[in-house]
Amino acid sequence: MAANVKERAPDATAPWEGFRPGIWHKEVNVRDFIQQNYTPYDGDASFLAPATARTQGIWKKLNELFVEERKKSVLDVSPIPASITAHAPGYIDRDNEIIVGLQTDAPLKRAIMPNGGFRLVATALKTYGYTPDPNVVETFTKYRKTHNDAVFDAYTADVRRCRSSHILTGLPDAYGRGRIIGDYRRVPLYGVNRLIERKQEEKSALDDSPSTDAIIRDREELAEQIRALKELLQMAASYGFDISLPARSARDAVQWLYFGYLAGVKEQNGAAMSLGRVSTFLDVYFERDLRGGVLTESQAQEIVDDFVIKLRIVRFLRTPEYDNLFAGDPTWVTESIGGMGDDGRSLVTKSSFRMLQTLYNLGPAPEPNLTIWYTPQLPLGFRNFSAKVAIDTSALQFESDEIMRRSWGDDGAIACCVSPMLLGKQMQFFGARSNMAKCLLYAINGGRDEVSGEQIGPTCAPVQGDVLDFDDVLARFEKSMDWLAGVYVNAMNIIHYMHDKYAYERVEMALHDYAPLRTMAFGMAGLSVVADSLSAIKHAKVRVVRDATGLVTDYKTDGEFPKFGNNDNQVDQLATWAVSTFMSKLRKYPTYRNAVHTQSILTITSNVVYGKATGNTPDGRRLGEPFAPGANPMHGRDTHGIHASAASVAKIPYRDAQDGISLTVSLVPGGLGRVAEDRITNLTSILDGYFSSTGFHMNVNVLNREMLVDAMDHPENYPNLTIRVSGYAVNFIRLTREQQTDVINRTFHGSA
Amino acid sequence: MLEAKSPFELRVNLGKDLPETAVKDALASGDMGFLHSFTTGSTVDGPGVRVVAWTTGCGWRCQYCHNPDTWTMRNGIPVSVAKAVEELRKYRRGLQTMAGGLTISGGDPLMQDRFVVKLLAAARAMQVHTCIETNGYFGEKLSDAELATIDLVMLGIKTWDDERHTKLTGRPVERTLAFARRLSALRKPMWVRFVLVPGLTDDPEDIANIAKFAAGLGNVERVEVLPFHQMGRFKWEQLGMRYALDAVEAPSPEAVERACEIFRSAGLKAL
Repeated sequence: MAANVKERAPDATAPWEGFRPGIWHKEVNVRDFIQQNYTPYDGDASFLAPATARTQGIWKKLNELFVEERKKSVLDVSPIPASITAHAPGYIDRDNEIIVGLQTDAPLKRAIMPNGGFRLVATALKTYGYTPDPNVVETFTKYRKTHNDAVFDAYTADVRRCRSSHILTGLPDAYGRGRIIGDYRRVPLYGVNRLIERKQEEKSALDDSPSTDAIIRDREELAEQIRALKELLQMAASYGFDISLPARSARDAVQWLYFGYLAGVKEQNGAAMSLGRVSTFLDVYFERDLRGGVLTESQAQEIVDDFVIKLRIVRFLRTPEYDNLFAGDPTWVTESIGGMGDDGRSLVTKSSFRMLQTLYNLGPAPEPNLTIWYTPQLPLGFRNFSAKVAIDTSALQFESDEIMRRSWGDDGAIACCVSPMLLGKQMQFFGARSNMAKCLLYAINGGRDEVSGEQIGPTCAPVQGDVLDFDDVLARFEKSMDWLAGVYVNAMNIIHYMHDKYAYERVEMALHDYAPLRTMAFGMAGLSVVADSLSAIKHAKVRVVRDATGLVTDYKTDGEFPKFGNNDNQVDQLATWAVSTFMSKLRKYPTYRNAVHTQSILTITSNVVYGKATGNTPDGRRLGEPFAPGANPMHGRDTHGIHASAASVAKIPYRDAQDGISLTVSLVPGGLGRVAEDRITNLTSILDGYFSSTGFHMNVNVLNREMLVDAMDHPENYPNLTIRVSGYAVNFIRLTREQQTDVINRTFHGSA
Repeated sequence: MLEAKSPFELRVNLGKDLPETAVKDALASGDMGFLHSFTTGSTVDGPGVRVVAWTTGCGWRCQYCHNPDTWTMRNGIPVSVAKAVEELRKYRRGLQTMAGGLTISGGDPLMQDRFVVKLLAAARAMQVHTCIETNGYFGEKLSDAELATIDLVMLGIKTWDDERHTKLTGRPVERTLAFARRLSALRKPMWVRFVLVPGLTDDPEDIANIAKFAAGLGNVERVEVLPFHQMGRFKWEQLGMRYALDAVEAPSPEAVERACEIFRSAGLKAL
């Protein structure tokens, strides 16, 4: 909890002039500062400013580098192992940058971060044609153990088998776990000196506690946090900034905050390195400067644009396998925008708009991952602007403010894609996901893998007879889940024990309160395959096909069965059953540091890789065929439009999937309405509808012609893709190739 | 689950096993109807985000029809009113939030007027906005009291010149216009839908006549100029029917805009 701090010397509070005081003066409490000082904005987007010539100039320079980078995959690599202070200052265009600071000494030059695992670094260097410094190799193979080495020292045989059979995949055992968000706002609001003092107080408060394992670990971590904060001061100083005291202007506030974030991404190659919820916090500073007449709207936007440019060029050195898994080079610099406060005021400010405006000023981009905390209670001007931006750029995702605020509070942020956490008070142990479709197949095959034939799970008799019996399969599936949950929790406990020990997020955790709430985020892939398979077994007749060794490798299904994604309880309840049952299994096993068990129904793009490793399933999906992403219905099976499809997904209970439930929606512009104005109104309505029900997350892709062409080859990436014109609907991915080509020509040439 | 399935496939003969008397009884009582399909989340079949049910059966044979499998009633799936209402009820709250409602299209919904009336009344009873899309040919089948359960009528006016109309659709235009005049007298909100087909319906004078007529009605809230498209062609091919419009291109955006302008200059909102 927040500890009281001593009254400050007058010079340290001068930067707070013009702010309304509150509890935030006495304790580190950013939420209180925001609540006391922010200015809700109910208007529309008409006040926004375009990109300045300076912004365009910097962006152009980078665009030239992006071209180079795309050619080589990696523009350059620094041989120096990263730390907060390892690299000399770097600039894009020193004279013209408003916000400064790079991960290394040059833009897009990637750092090596061997603490997570040297193997990954060595592979990546080799792939991109670099030779590691022999001293670095010697250090990390001889003297300094890495997270990756340590995890494999402790893995059980079960865990190893599950990894190699791909029933557990993407575990953060060779790279940084990520999904930890430092409360970077603390840096500008309090200055680093005060944050160090606070950590020292937290540490001394432990002096009277008996030195148990847990307390010793806490003391060591706090010492590391203090060390990291001191390095943060040094790093900022190398750029010519003294950030020991609070920021005095909007520009400084953004700069201080960015230095905090930069320290995190200089040191950690986390799977997702999210930013938090900074727009409305920063707006307090923008408002003060605009009021004081020392800043214009154009200058305010320029600062936000320059900040976002920095966030767009965060890079990590990863292997091509990793990039394939996630379709590109994602960093998940997620920024949460909007939402309501507990007192019923909207948290939308002009800076919420400014953050979205960067998508116009700099053009669409996946990073930072702008995430709207959506509720129909948000001001209409903001809802409509968000819908417009989503239609124009496909770069926004929307998540339920109602569900997250009620569960965690009104100062939360999303880490990665759908993981909510209260800023500075909560962190998660990230755990990728389990392959639930494979888990079902193991149940049928007595623990043998349906592709390799190897015994992975505990040996038990496979199903008997030729026709699958629903009750029999369900009982076996529960046992299979039970076993998998045990192995999964084991793996996670080992991973996070070692990550804390060998690759601790010093600076990110320094920007948390002592002893934050920890969640352990498990995950599930293949939910709709499982639901449809169970539905087939229950409502149709599924016969098994065995190979010579008795392994069930295929299924023959007679008859129709209801499919997930059509708002039909007969099958939707099988999906919710699978989620809740697996969650209850996970909860039975104790977690490292008593973390709270959660799970996500999220795959990002790994649904393709999971599908590749999974044999034929009783729902008719063929070996190797991709799963649907996240909680999506299988592509082509949700045949009654987006309202029905989303309604099925909204039934998955959040209480058993507290790390988030992901739904991706693909639309062609014409499918949202006949004219631009209707499209905005209708998308706002769709979002209002989903988030006034129990919907959790919606990724909205509004497709262009190129994407539709891509959908012909990769239907799994374009779920529920319907081409609609008045009086006519066609499910794109069910058409023949010739029809698809015809539709593309018609949809984007004339008839849209 | 409502048995009428996805709108994405061709429907043929799904009701063929039903005895003739059962069909007659169903049509007379309206307790059962024939649906080609239904979909949800539609933003292009009336105001807001809607549930759309397509009925089967249509007496017209429009050359540019993109759902020719809806012409024959028995191509649809027999669905009871009770089942249809149960399905609609699932979407009630969402439709209200999304300022949408229920649209019954077809086919021509008025080929199954008793079924449609019962379904619309049930929708109205659960405070769901109601809309039918029709060519108006059987408009007289609906009493004034029944029309009162409909919030919006989307009336297709295909073309003005009677000879051209008969050639295009197989029926004369007059009954459509009569229904429009009746809706006008009842002050029933109406949208006019006009499909712009190059070479068939794009005569400016013809469009101007429709515009003048529609503007004079006083109840037309919106005119939608729908550009002809070829996405229904494969259905004609699969049904083994001769498709006359193979060579017809979709109209250019400029041509659509010109048609809209004609409606606008008559004082109508057109898009």
